Amino acid sequence: MNKAMYSGAQILLKSLLKEGVEEIFGYPGGVVLPLYDALYMQNDIKHYLVRHEQAAVHAAEGYARVSGKAGVAIVTSGPGACNTITGLANAYYDGTPMVLITGQVNSKLIGADAFQEADVVGITRSCCKHNYLVKDVKDLARIVKEAFYIATTGKKGPVVIDIPVDIFNAKYTFDYPKNVELVGYNPNYKGHPLQIQRALETLFESKRPVIISGGGVMASNASKELKEIATRLHIPVVHTLMGTGTFPDNLETSLGMMGMHGNYCANLTVANADVIFAIGTRFSDRITGCLKKFARDAQVIHIDIDPCSISKNVKASIPIVGDVKNVLTMMLHQLDKAHHKINIEQKDKWFNDIKEWKKKVAIPQKMSDKLSAITVLNKIYEYTKEDEPTVATEVGQHQMWTAQNFKFNQPRKLITSGGLGTMGFGFPAAMGAMAALKKGYVLNIAGDGSIQMNIQELMTCVDYKFKVINCIINNGYLGMVRQWQEKIYNKHYSQTKISSPDFVKLAQSYGALGIRVEKEEEIIPALKQAIEYDGPVLIDFICENFEMVYPWVLAGAPIDKVLLSREEC
Amino acid sequence: MATKHTVSVLVSNEVGVLSRIVDLFSGRGYNIESLTVAPTLDSIYSRVTIVTSADDDVIEQICKQLNRLIPVIKVANLSIGDAIEYEIGLIKVTVNDENRAEFMNIVAQAHATIMDVSDKLYTIKIDGDEKQVQTFAELIRPFGIKEFVRSGKVAITKSCQFSNFKNKKEELKIEA
Repeated sequence: MNKAMYSGAQILLKSLLKEGVEEIFGYPGGVVLPLYDALYMQNDIKHYLVRHEQAAVHAAEGYARVSGKAGVAIVTSGPGACNTITGLANAYYDGTPMVLITGQVNSKLIGADAFQEADVVGITRSCCKHNYLVKDVKDLARIVKEAFYIATTGKKGPVVIDIPVDIFNAKYTFDYPKNVELVGYNPNYKGHPLQIQRALETLFESKRPVIISGGGVMASNASKELKEIATRLHIPVVHTLMGTGTFPDNLETSLGMMGMHGNYCANLTVANADVIFAIGTRFSDRITGCLKKFARDAQVIHIDIDPCSISKNVKASIPIVGDVKNVLTMMLHQLDKAHHKINIEQKDKWFNDIKEWKKKVAIPQKMSDKLSAITVLNKIYEYTKEDEPTVATEVGQHQMWTAQNFKFNQPRKLITSGGLGTMGFGFPAAMGAMAALKKGYVLNIAGDGSIQMNIQELMTCVDYKFKVINCIINNGYLGMVRQWQEKIYNKHYSQTKISSPDFVKLAQSYGALGIRVEKEEEIIPALKQAIEYDGPVLIDFICENFEMVYPWVLAGAPIDKVLLSREEC
Repeated sequence: MATKHTVSVLVSNEVGVLSRIVDLFSGRGYNIESLTVAPTLDSIYSRVTIVTSADDDVIEQICKQLNRLIPVIKVANLSIGDAIEYEIGLIKVTVNDENRAEFMNIVAQAHATIMDVSDKLYTIKIDGDEKQVQTFAELIRPFGIKEFVRSGKVAITKSCQFSNFKNKKEELKIEA
């Protein structure tokens, strides 16, 4: 019997279905026409048409962060593919699983400088986990299978599949492979039992231990195990920006975020610890501050799935390569069998110190009659906390204020660009999150600078009724850069004063709801109206221009040198 | 302190694998001193030998980062164990009647081989470790080197097994 023949485009869609893909984000173009034709002929996969390819990739990332599944985006060759670079780099940095399909010119024209040709495999090499150029339709199904496998295992990340137009048109049978055979790719999940035992012994003996919970805890869905280990071993927990929500903020032992704009208490705890138990974090410079002075006297136990993250910045005394969930589970098993008793009194002094540090917080700034961004964010948090909405942010002051003032008791609730720090990420990511969640609403906390980087996606949100509530902290400046200029560059506000359109009218012209808020008493009614509205909203909070983010550890300073107000220097 | 390391990398013999490796070095600011690539006995794999100078922390990162590339199967830092290292230099030299005897003497002493002679131009092959090739070139220099081509290093471990090869699975499994 002859097997049915399918076009490359059909094989791709069938493969996506096999991977459980239900929704994709994309933008059509010349060379992906056969693929869009195949999409037109089916109903299994829903395609969302965005307004810029960068937004398609960010939306796929938002989708992936909320759902835990790989996000998928499709773009055309040349400019379409080039526009995805920022999104890819962002997902690569933050370890978000994603598969990006890029169209390519006819394989016979590759290298001939054809119309809309770009060397996508070359361009994307350093900003994705792996990439493929499909040269034969026979390889297509296998490559899709491998791409999803690579994207969703090990340290997760984006994988690019570049498909020439003639491959979309070529015919072949469809057999989706059951297994992946990649000799060079075997991520280690288990964790070495002896290392885990050594880690446990070190933790038992420690007098001033602390856990740093990073994005890896989220990626591995290990919040439950983390909570158990922290509780049973009686260790306080700080988290990185990417680890927000991995340990419930409402617990006594949660000390909140550490790093450049982390809590005083969290930073001091890490700086004074004798054992740092780092879980799924890569010790970025925003966490460590001055590397030479970081954890000088502490033993570092470091779990990470990515061997490269271990001892890259901070030398680990006990490295454990493995999946966080597996390693913590093994650790809990060993703990069950261990004869040690936790000596809580031994840690009394430590917990007293921590209690003292907790009292030191940033000093509120009152500068003018304009709204304080911190007040706005606190009101938003208080008003919405019952709903436990997913919160996206752009990048800048508002991002740090959100991380500081919102409390997250669950993982996958804060979607933010951690590693790359991409302005314009939040809005499309919120849109992607909404596509995955399908109900409720997603908050996007934005700045007046960031929101203008992907504002065109308002149209996409209107089209699909994505209920994204954009809260613009409008302070008339690129606030984070301005803050550095004020402190370090003698108040030379070089190119940081930024004008904005009338956001209310802008929202209206897109068919969305726009609200302006200038007084404190207008905040709650605006939020109420926004939540009741069936579609995307822009709320323009006109805020104080010169508010600063505190606590603040200046770049290059040790993490316990925390500034709490303007007056300190 | 930066020291020289010879890193041997076994890769799947597929399009673009060399650019992935080279991009990794340039993208992360590592330095390549020499590079050789050739298929192994089984032509689905290739062996890449890279000489780089780096301090201990950096060489550890280089090996880990190489391992992270999907088509990379094994990575070994051969400088850690005892390995045989070898390279070839091809040198074109002008020799006249006055200094020919001296020249021939040096060639014989260094166990170099004359590959070609035409008019007054001699092409010589010298092989050995990096130092031997370098020393020979220095000795020959006064005669007037017209061209000097080096192969870059290839290296192999002395033991029968790839004892210091780390499989990805075994990466960082540290004996307690």
